[in-house]
Amino acid sequence: MNRFSYSRASAVSQALDQHRAHAGAAFIAGGTNLVDLLREEVTHPALLVDINRLPLRQIEATGAGGLKIGALATNSAVAYDDMVVRRYPLLAKAILAGASAQIRNAATVGGNLLQRTRCHYFYDAGTPCNKREPGTGCPALEGVSRIHAILGASDQCIAVHPSDMCVALAALDATVHLAGKDGTRTLAFADFHRLPGDTPNRDSNLRDDELITAIELPKQGFATHHAYVKVRDRASYAFALVSAAVGVELDGDTIVNAHCALGGVAHKPWRDPAAEASLRGQRLDAASVRDFSAMLLRGAQGRRDNAFKIELSARVIARAFELATQPSFEESTP
Amino acid sequence: MDTSTAGTALDLAPSEVERVPVTFEINGKTQRFDVEAWTTLLDLLREHCHLSGTKKGCDHGQCGACTAIVDGQRINTCLALAAVHDGATITTIEGLANGDTLHVMQQAFIDHDAFQCGYCTPGQICSAVAMLDEGHVKCADDVRELMSGNLCRCGAYTNIVAAILDAADLPHEQDGGAGVRS
Repeated sequence: MNRFSYSRASAVSQALDQHRAHAGAAFIAGGTNLVDLLREEVTHPALLVDINRLPLRQIEATGAGGLKIGALATNSAVAYDDMVVRRYPLLAKAILAGASAQIRNAATVGGNLLQRTRCHYFYDAGTPCNKREPGTGCPALEGVSRIHAILGASDQCIAVHPSDMCVALAALDATVHLAGKDGTRTLAFADFHRLPGDTPNRDSNLRDDELITAIELPKQGFATHHAYVKVRDRASYAFALVSAAVGVELDGDTIVNAHCALGGVAHKPWRDPAAEASLRGQRLDAASVRDFSAMLLRGAQGRRDNAFKIELSARVIARAFELATQPSFEESTP
Repeated sequence: MDTSTAGTALDLAPSEVERVPVTFEINGKTQRFDVEAWTTLLDLLREHCHLSGTKKGCDHGQCGACTAIVDGQRINTCLALAAVHDGATITTIEGLANGDTLHVMQQAFIDHDAFQCGYCTPGQICSAVAMLDEGHVKCADDVRELMSGNLCRCGAYTNIVAAILDAADLPHEQDGGAGVRS
C-alpha cells in the first residue's frame, strides 16, 4: 500500500481546513473502496483526513415531509432504518442488492456516491486509463468491455458508475448536501455525477474542497409501487450488468407519474425526464413501457462484449414496471 | 458503529502524523499500539497482536476470510485502517469460545462438517455470529444471501448453511436445499 499522512477531524469545518491545508488530501469515511484503491496504487493521496468522528450519522424526518440521511450513515443503517423501510423501500432494496453485509456495515452513504468505477483497466495501474491518468488512452474501447457503458460514454472513457444505492437515489430525486470553504450548497442528484466527456478523471461535480454532508429525500417515496431489478453474473455480491429502479404513481391503471433510473449502463445513473413525461396520463401496459424504454435507451451503443446490455436493459425495465405495479406477480409465477 | 472515542491520544498529537497511537479492546483485553497510518486492522490483528485466526484471503474485500466483529458489526478487516477504528472493541475467532467451551456456532460448524480446508472458516463463523445478532435471518435463503460476502473455495456451502440454521434454531429445508432457486 502506498504511504500517506493521517489526520482526524471532529467537526466539518476542521475536516475542510485539514483537507485544504494539504495538496493531494483525501477524506476517508468507511474506506471500503478507498483502502482498496490505495493498496492497488490507483490513487495516491498525501494525506487522509478521517471524517468518521463528524456528527453526520443521523437519519431524520425533514420539515418538508422528506428524510435527511447523514453522509456517514452506513449502508446497513439506512437499509434497515424503519423510516426508510416504510417510506422509501426502493432505497432499502437497492442497498441490500449491493455489496455484502460486511461492506454494507462499513460503507457510508457519502462514500457510496464517490466510489470509483470497477473498470478492469482503471483498477490495473499497469495499463493506460484516461480516468486514472488523463491522456494515456482507454484500452476498454477495443478491449474487454462486458461491464462497460452503453449510454453517455465518450471516446475517452466507457466506464460505468457501480452503485446500486445511487440508482435508487436518482429515481427518488434525492438532493445532495455539500459543505465547502465558501459555505454550503445543494445539488440535485441528477447533477451530482457527470458523464465522462473529455475529462473522465472527474466522476462528479463535487468541488475539490467540498465534503458531502447529507442526502435528502423528497416526500414522494413511491412506497406503494416501486421495484429494484438487478441482473448480475451471480445471485449475490456482484455488480450490476444492468439494474433498474422504478417508482410509479397510479390512478387506476393510468400513470400519474413514473420515475425510472438505470444502473450499470452509464457513467452515472441513467434517467430521461422527457421519456418519463411521455408516460404521464398513459395506460400502464406492455406497449407504453416498451415505448418508454425505447426513448430511455435512445442512442445506446454496444461495444465488443456489451451489446447484449441494450436488449437486457429493455427487459429489465419491463420487469421492473411489472413488479412495481403487480407486486403479487413474482409469487404467482410457477 | 460507536465512535464516541473522544480523548484518544491523537487529539493531543500534531494534526498530521504517519504513526498513529491506537487503543483497542481485543477479545476482552485492552491493548495499545503505535501503528503506521496505512496499517489495516487485519495486519494489526495478525502481525501486531499475533492473532492469526483472522485470515488474509484476497486482501480486497471480496472473500470475507478477514471478517471480524468490530463494535458489534462484522466488517472486512482488510478494508479497514487501524487508525480509523481507534477505540473499537474487536472480537476475532480467538475470542468466541468461553474457555474450553466452544461458541454454539463453532460447535455447529464441527457438527455439520461445515469446512474442508478451513481457511475461510474463522471469517465464516465470525460473519455468521454477527449476522444472527443483526436479526434479519428467517430462513435458509436469508442465510445464503446475507452470508454472500464469505466465499468458500472448497464449496462447503450446503453444510455451512445447515450449521448456521442449527445455531439459529431455524428449521432446515425439506429438500436439503443446495441453494438453487427456481
